[in-house]
Amino acid sequence: MEIKVVRKVLDVNERMAQQNREYFTKQGIYVLNIMSSPGSGKTTLLEKTLARISSEIKSAVIVGDICTTNDADRLAKTGVSVVQVNTDEFGGDCHLAAHVIEKAAGQLDLKGIDLLFVENVGNLVCPAEFDIGENAKVVVISVTEGEDKPLKYPLMFRVCDAAVLNKIDLLPYLDYERNAVLENIKKVHPGMPVFEISATKGIGFEPWIKWLRNQVNRKKAPR
Amino acid sequence: MHEMGIALQIVQIAAASIPVEMKGAKVLGVKIKVGKLAAVVPDSLRFCFEIVTQETPLSEARLEIEEIPVVARCKHCHSSWEIKEPAFACPSCGSGSIEILSGRELDIDSIEIEEPEHLNHSGNV
Ligand SMILES: Nc1nc2c(ncn2[C@@H]2O[C@H](COP(=O)(O)OP(=O)(O)OP(=O)(O)O)[C@@H](O)[C@H]2O)c(=O)[nH]1
Ligand SMILES: [Mg+2]
Ligand SMILES: [Zn+2]
Repeated sequence: MEIKVVRKVLDVNERMAQQNREYFTKQGIYVLNIMSSPGSGKTTLLEKTLARISSEIKSAVIVGDICTTNDADRLAKTGVSVVQVNTDEFGGDCHLAAHVIEKAAGQLDLKGIDLLFVENVGNLVCPAEFDIGENAKVVVISVTEGEDKPLKYPLMFRVCDAAVLNKIDLLPYLDYERNAVLENIKKVHPGMPVFEISATKGIGFEPWIKWLRNQVNRKKAPR
Repeated sequence: MHEMGIALQIVQIAAASIPVEMKGAKVLGVKIKVGKLAAVVPDSLRFCFEIVTQETPLSEARLEIEEIPVVARCKHCHSSWEIKEPAFACPSCGSGSIEILSGRELDIDSIEIEEPEHLNHSGNV
């Protein structure tokens, strides 16, 4: 006999994400979920971004990895509070789920924090599916990856609110079609802002930081 | 890549959906809807489902996956169409301001459990 269920498979995660969102909103914290393939430069982008903004916008970071605390050690050097989540405790997941964020947030001193960055596990598939209670999602791709990444991972590029094209310092050495990747991003998500950056060389940060500042202020405004 | 976790969730939800008065009944089938945009590969999900259902009331259950096409509607000219390639602008007016109507589903629709009289013969587990 057939029994109707009609439930979202991920509804537990979605409810938890909603709780996180309400919690962060109450505290006046803007949460940004940063995703990319392994090694596209999330941690480097964060290090350089924090160095530029942390005196102006009080920030904290949750960084997810399957194992090791390397990224957290690098980020802690910027002086902001950082907590590392190793998903191997949670079954080696390829993404951060909402309950992991709740737990990690509990380990951070969030008093006075305006902006919480979440560096997700390096992966362009799974993190796109898991809401963590963030206000916006950003995808980082680098010019050493194929120009067709957006077409191969359309969900990721659809769910994100902005994209960072990183490692542009390498363009002179590569046969990379910058216009092709911009065209492909536009195909999948027309109108999404794209920031062309070199995280290591510190190029192209102005528009990115301006966007961040706007995002954070927009959230603060109604209060 | 997270199909294992998804399969575990499906088993949990399905097992919790067996009515109390039918406790111990075997689940014979699970119907799910998976949108074509969802980050789930049906074949790996089937594979994981086989593994995680072992020694559960779902050990004999087959997983029926209905794939749901990606359908969008233009917020500008209100036409709607099926998206078959990763191109998300309106084919009628070119607007990029669109709404995804379907294609992101990852839903359990129903479960099929063995008939009660059957249950009496096989006995409770
Ligand atoms: N040339 C160049 N290299 C970069 C740039 N940004 C990052 N890298 C290098 O790319 C490598 C990976 O950078 P990470 O910042 O660790 O990348 P990630 O995305 O945090 O990596 P995972 O957390 O392991 O997924 C490092 O060797 C960086 O120095 C850049 O703008 N230009
Ligand atoms: Mg990193
Ligand atoms: Zn239109």
